[in-house]
Amino acid sequence: MTTIEGTKPAAARKHVQVVPEYIVEIVSDSGEGAQKAGQTLGAVSAKMGNGVWTVEIIPAEIKPPARSRAGASGIRVRIGASTVTNTGDEAHLVVALNEQVLYGRIDQQAYKAGTIVLLENKWAHDPRPEVRAEYAAAVAAFRAQGLDVREVPLEEACQKTAQDVRVGKNMFVLGLLCWITSRDLDKAMEEVAFVFGKKSQDVIKKNQDLVRAGHAFGEATLEQRFEIPPRRTDQKLLVLNGNQAIALGVMAAGIELVAMYPITPATSASHHLASAFHKVGGVVHQAEDEIAAIGFAIGASYAGKTACTITSGPGLALKTEFLGFAVMAEVPLVLVLVQRGGPSTGLPTKVEQGDLLASLYGQPGDTPKVILAPATIEECLHFVVTARKLAEAFRMPVMVLTDANLATGVQPIPRPAVDADWLAPPIDQSAWQNGVPAYDWDRDTGLSPRPIPGQRGGEYVLTGLAHTTNAKVAYDPDSNQLGCDMRSRKLAVFGESLKPPHVHGDPDGDLLVVGWGSTLGAIEEAVDRARGEGHRVSSVHLRFLSPLEPGLAQIFARFLRVMTIEINYSDAPGAPHGTAQNRRLAQLAAVLRERTLVDIDCWSNVAGQPIAPGRIHAELVRRLAAIKGGA
Amino acid sequence: MFCLKDDWELEVPDRYFTLEDYEGGAARWCPGCGDLAVLTAVQRLCRDEQLAPEKTVCVSGIGCSSRFPHYMKTYGFHGLHGRALPVACGVKSRRPDLKVFVATGDGDCCSIGAGHWIHAIRYNMDLVVMLFDNAVYGLTKNQTSPTSPVGLHTNTHPRGAWLPPLNPTAATLGFANVSFVAQTVDWHPAHLHAVLKAAYHHKGLSFVRILQRCPTYTSDVFAEMQKDAAQLLLLTGGDNPELDAATLRTFPNQRAHDSRDLDAARQVADQQLPMPVGVLYRNPDRLCYEEFTTVGLDMPVADKLAAVQREFDKFAV
Repeated sequence: MTTIEGTKPAAARKHVQVVPEYIVEIVSDSGEGAQKAGQTLGAVSAKMGNGVWTVEIIPAEIKPPARSRAGASGIRVRIGASTVTNTGDEAHLVVALNEQVLYGRIDQQAYKAGTIVLLENKWAHDPRPEVRAEYAAAVAAFRAQGLDVREVPLEEACQKTAQDVRVGKNMFVLGLLCWITSRDLDKAMEEVAFVFGKKSQDVIKKNQDLVRAGHAFGEATLEQRFEIPPRRTDQKLLVLNGNQAIALGVMAAGIELVAMYPITPATSASHHLASAFHKVGGVVHQAEDEIAAIGFAIGASYAGKTACTITSGPGLALKTEFLGFAVMAEVPLVLVLVQRGGPSTGLPTKVEQGDLLASLYGQPGDTPKVILAPATIEECLHFVVTARKLAEAFRMPVMVLTDANLATGVQPIPRPAVDADWLAPPIDQSAWQNGVPAYDWDRDTGLSPRPIPGQRGGEYVLTGLAHTTNAKVAYDPDSNQLGCDMRSRKLAVFGESLKPPHVHGDPDGDLLVVGWGSTLGAIEEAVDRARGEGHRVSSVHLRFLSPLEPGLAQIFARFLRVMTIEINYSDAPGAPHGTAQNRRLAQLAAVLRERTLVDIDCWSNVAGQPIAPGRIHAELVRRLAAIKGGA
Repeated sequence: MFCLKDDWELEVPDRYFTLEDYEGGAARWCPGCGDLAVLTAVQRLCRDEQLAPEKTVCVSGIGCSSRFPHYMKTYGFHGLHGRALPVACGVKSRRPDLKVFVATGDGDCCSIGAGHWIHAIRYNMDLVVMLFDNAVYGLTKNQTSPTSPVGLHTNTHPRGAWLPPLNPTAATLGFANVSFVAQTVDWHPAHLHAVLKAAYHHKGLSFVRILQRCPTYTSDVFAEMQKDAAQLLLLTGGDNPELDAATLRTFPNQRAHDSRDLDAARQVADQQLPMPVGVLYRNPDRLCYEEFTTVGLDMPVADKLAAVQREFDKFAV
């Protein structure tokens, strides 16, 4: 093991505090490499056996003006002794490359009193007097809020090693954070070599030197470090974000075609596919627009190769007509929707779960379809594999709803043992059974076998017009009624195969929280905390939103109150002009009320951020007090 | 048997297709509609080429002419308004073995689907795209289309269409990677058939604008042209189909045209009277998108699985 001279005795000399988890952030202007540094820290931690959740802090612009409050770019890394399922509450430590970007994070409640701020101090000596004044004002303001601001000469120290501090500082900061969080420096070196693997040995060495320099700087200047004991595991792990998991899911599903149009925050899934899909015999089609993307995918699916299209809210709006068509004409399709803030162009880089109702009901007419919502990065992968199979078995589009939180969160997950059964089987080109119509609906289940072009005797014309079992255009009332019945029945039949959801906590109590999607980790963490304090609260997290998992009304009946926690809009109770009747609810709450006739409340916001477990906990305690007060 | 090699085999096709094998439901276009002539020409082409019906796919959008797939006894895809081309490209992307014909109208292709038109030309996939241009929206009952002549009285422009019409062949010749542009008329079956046959044999996207009579709403638009063959200009030579003497005699105006010359093609396309018919442009060397989209099509399952495992391991720690 290579060690930096003096590390070991120094570590013994300095104060090392063992903690169950530690949350660090790096915030900077865009383009300073904070995300690469943080992702590397996360990967090193995962390799050490720690639980990790990494989430990028992304400004909407590619290059927002330097030193702007809204331009904060960076990353948060939550390192835990055990599995970490969400981004956590306030950070313990933040490295800030300028003071202005911190304001934005403070507004987002990313820090608390006592959070250590390692602040680049070069701005104190900036030639521009206004910059010096801004810096001084910020330091005073941060200290007044209780932040533990420590001004550090990061750039000055980094200059001793790097030729260009603008591109080298991130690796210096990585080294510094490795010291602070007691990371294994050998693993950090390996990871840096991996990250820069496509570059020259010289580049790799320069970056490794920078990491060592940052590490030595911490050793020389800081008094305290932290240790987050790893839980050693022999399990094979993959470290990836939700969009990369989607991409791997597409490959493992045996999908051969992804048709897409660039849209934040969905595009990175296609980036990964574009780099590797051809190696597994697949192709990414970057279409001329969102409509063409889904049309192209539907064309391929019709021809027997079930395809996938990946988009976000505004793209879904454009795909609406074709999505309804795929339902009507019974074309298998996997539609991955990486939700972002809405309505309209909304918050392109931010988190929201605002497209559930648009997915369920956004198309004209009755459009039954399967909607899945992975709650973890691991599920992002598996649900795509499931989605392809469901799409083919039920001859309908299957939507997979993720969000910006899953898309950019990075986590170690158990490496799935990919099986040949996951891959799509070769398309059937045998002769079609004589006389079997193209929509030979089983009247009980709505299911029917699908002729694939190339199957002799199966020739039919797929149409979005109302049609008979023989795929003939039919405007008579009975044909349309039958078609609608059959498509709806498929959904009911699939619903019968689902199990009631798992209740996290006791099966009865005062309050039940229902969530979906990326909030799983935060909700369960908050529920566990409240239960630890003696509260009678449990949670249920739904993965199937259409059809819903069965048994919900029975589960709900065992709790005094039921509420959803979601990241989408709802009217606050008691808002001006609000009444019980006109209150607009969070989207899952509305759906659950419709399905169960239970008086379900909700708590949601559209701040564009993942909801921190601490905030959920506070809300739960408040609600529980109200329930007890009212009871 | 002598004078024959040992491995000689008599090639007897186990299936022979007649016109009936391509005849779908009874066409429900208006009597006298030019679409009927195109349908017949395509059925003849399929028969002549002995295309297996199960390997043939007719894709369309929405409009009168987009009913086309229903009247063929092949696989068909009657999709959304303006979206025939993305679907057809998707069909072709992983199924290069299928023969794909696209039926689209002037509203479908040149208006609501115009964005796809530009890019489909650029993708240059092996499709026969037939633009049924009747200069009007028929199915929705007489609205102005982008190819309606100025002054055409329609329900949306009862005092006459305002804007100059779009020229579909000239426009197509302006799109990147264009590889085949032809023009023909529905009322000349021999020429129509010959042009469609040339289009079918071109590898790449063959764009064929068919001037098509609508007896209900635009009976006047092509009436003079139909009555007076001197209003047509037959392009000959180059990639133009060989026509028999009898057919040639029906065209009083003829001009030798170098269909490999894009500038010449653009000049011809701009001409309206006499209206040029024939292959305006052909470039057999243009890149076809299938070269890209069919990657790994025949990858054995074991190889694929192994490759997937390798991609997973790239994220391993």
